[in-house]
Amino acid sequence: MIHHLRSALHILHEVLREIFDENAYQRYLARANATASRQSYSDFQREIEATRAQQPRCC
Amino acid sequence: MRGLGRALVWVAVSLVGAFALASIALNRGESINAMWFVLAAACTYALGYRFYSKFLAAKVLALNSMRATPAERLENGRDFVPTNKWVVFGHHFAAIAGPGPLVGPVLAAQFGYLPGTLWILAGAVFGGCVQDFVILLFSVRRDGKSLCQMAKEEIGKAGGLIAFVAVISIIVILLSVAALIVVNALRDSPWGVFTVAMTIPIALLMGLYLRFWRPGKVLETSALGFVLVMLAIFGGQWVSHSAGLSKIFSLGAPALAVLIIIYGFAASALPVWLLLAPRDYLSTFVKLGTIFLLALGILLVRPTLHMPALTRFVDGTGPVFAGNIFPFAFITIACGAISGFHSLISSGTTPKLVSRESDTRMVGYGAMLAESFVAIMAIIAASVVQPGTYFAVNSRPDVVGTTPAAVVATISSWGFPVNLQDMQTLANDVGEKSLYARTGGAPAFAIGMAHIFSSFLGGKAVMAVWYHFAIMFEALFILTVLDAGTRVGRFMLQDALGHFWAPLGRTSWYPSILITSALIVGLWGMFLWQGVRDPKAGVNSLWPLFGIANQLLATVAFCVATTIIIKMGKVKHVWATLIPLLWLVSVTFTASFQKIFHPNPAIGFLAHARKLASEVPAGAQRAADLPQLIFNDRLDAAVAGLLVICVAMILVESALEWARVLSGRKPAQVREAPFVNTRLATEAP
Repeated sequence: MIHHLRSALHILHEVLREIFDENAYQRYLARANATASRQSYSDFQREIEATRAQQPRCC
Repeated sequence: MRGLGRALVWVAVSLVGAFALASIALNRGESINAMWFVLAAACTYALGYRFYSKFLAAKVLALNSMRATPAERLENGRDFVPTNKWVVFGHHFAAIAGPGPLVGPVLAAQFGYLPGTLWILAGAVFGGCVQDFVILLFSVRRDGKSLCQMAKEEIGKAGGLIAFVAVISIIVILLSVAALIVVNALRDSPWGVFTVAMTIPIALLMGLYLRFWRPGKVLETSALGFVLVMLAIFGGQWVSHSAGLSKIFSLGAPALAVLIIIYGFAASALPVWLLLAPRDYLSTFVKLGTIFLLALGILLVRPTLHMPALTRFVDGTGPVFAGNIFPFAFITIACGAISGFHSLISSGTTPKLVSRESDTRMVGYGAMLAESFVAIMAIIAASVVQPGTYFAVNSRPDVVGTTPAAVVATISSWGFPVNLQDMQTLANDVGEKSLYARTGGAPAFAIGMAHIFSSFLGGKAVMAVWYHFAIMFEALFILTVLDAGTRVGRFMLQDALGHFWAPLGRTSWYPSILITSALIVGLWGMFLWQGVRDPKAGVNSLWPLFGIANQLLATVAFCVATTIIIKMGKVKHVWATLIPLLWLVSVTFTASFQKIFHPNPAIGFLAHARKLASEVPAGAQRAADLPQLIFNDRLDAAVAGLLVICVAMILVESALEWARVLSGRKPAQVREAPFVNTRLATEAP
């Protein structure tokens, strides 16, 4: 039971990290071989700006 | 033995579901508990998912888990990323769930709770979920191509052009109607205006916090933003009690409309990281939390619904919007049953995250079921309110009168008792001066939600806080749709105008940004202004137009899906998409025809224009407005006409393509990416 609960919470945490782009930032850091910093986050935001800005939000 | 056990479980689910549905449908003249709705929905969804989606997956679409998805083949750590199916499910649900499934069912509750409930359940299981599922899979098999690209490749160039017109139309009309709902909810409400206004500096602060103080800590920033929003809600109470501040934040509909138009332009032109992205994060945070809380509230409180199963307004004389159940109930409730807009999401980010074909069933079909349940919760929230109160809040002044005494007298005469004292008590409870003519659905939903929330968290003393929380939640939702939609529309316009003059197509060239932002804001701003000046409160004209545009997009999606299924050689299963397509065609054609040509001025745009032209203006202001009102009616008729022509063209284009393929004049060739064996099949899920 505790195992299932822990697993569910882990998935929920991962869902939230994906929705809120935290995983995308980690992937960016791995890809760019960079560490978390203002500069790398600014570069990441510039990269996702074009795609994010073209994503409609549903009605 | 295990097989028999399973079969018995599904027989039991079917029987419980049938009993719950019968209890809802056959209930007459008595209150009914919300748990019957939850039970009926849960059983319907379980059966739909277990049997119908499995049939679609196995027989119609032939899902193949051995086939590598674009997330695997084109993995780049940026757009194409193989992702756990539960994570994709959550991501997809967060993208498709918007204000639509909350507002549409509230408006359609004027027919009673039954038509909306049945349409939401049947429409989702046999229509909306099918659309989301098949478009997602077909996009996965085409390297994540968009609906417009698939329409162009599978149907023809005209298909792609119509899809483009449909997307632009739906964006413009959606944004205007969304803005109108916010205007109607915030009109003369200092508490609401203050709270919603504060979300702008809060989003800006979040943007700066993320950029300079805690880079990448989005969840932490969103939680902080949420705390600030809650403080703004409590602060709004103080503002509404302060004589000076209350005056500053009490704004009429025209002033609010102008402010929203300015906001839309600024949001489209400002850097994404500063306003759009943090507002999007904040909105998603509040959205997911509130939907979860509402589901929990309904389960804990088990509220009683007071709205009858059917009202007298099934005859088309409704005070919320005019028109018969068919087609208007099916136009009014789009999101939650079938929403064409979802096909843009299903062919957008999601197909680039799916790691196995088999996951598309849970993500596409399953997430739409979850959205459908949100719509059922909206029906429940609207129906826990006393019917007299529901109609006093939602009715158009041109039907029920402009003074409180006239409103309560008219609504009581319809058999829905309501009195001045009760309406004033409710307004005091929710911290408003008045709740009459708050059309658009948002305030009625907020009252229902506040009623449910205050029953299990805080009691009547905090009902005003919950009401304004609900208003803030809906406005935040809607303003996020507004700024994201304006920007998407801007990009689409830049893309199209770039064909005529290349510099206009450059998304980073500032003059192009300003021109296209002004164009797109001008378009939806014009419809918003029209809605604000409309004596029928705007929703009567704009919401059906939005529903028609949304269903038109669903028609395009089903045309694409049907064409691909025929080309796949699955003609005997083509009914799975053809029947919803024919249904949508009948709905959009009938609704468009009635909105343009119906002789009743309450329904038909042209009849209303004729009526206005023939009547003698009653005052100077009215005389000045008259030419504008007549123009608005004719413009709405032209837009409805354009939409129906688009439906006809895409149908003809698709039917010709089907005929060519079925007669053997054209080879049945689908434009899928080549088959590549997956590496993920042997890895842990």
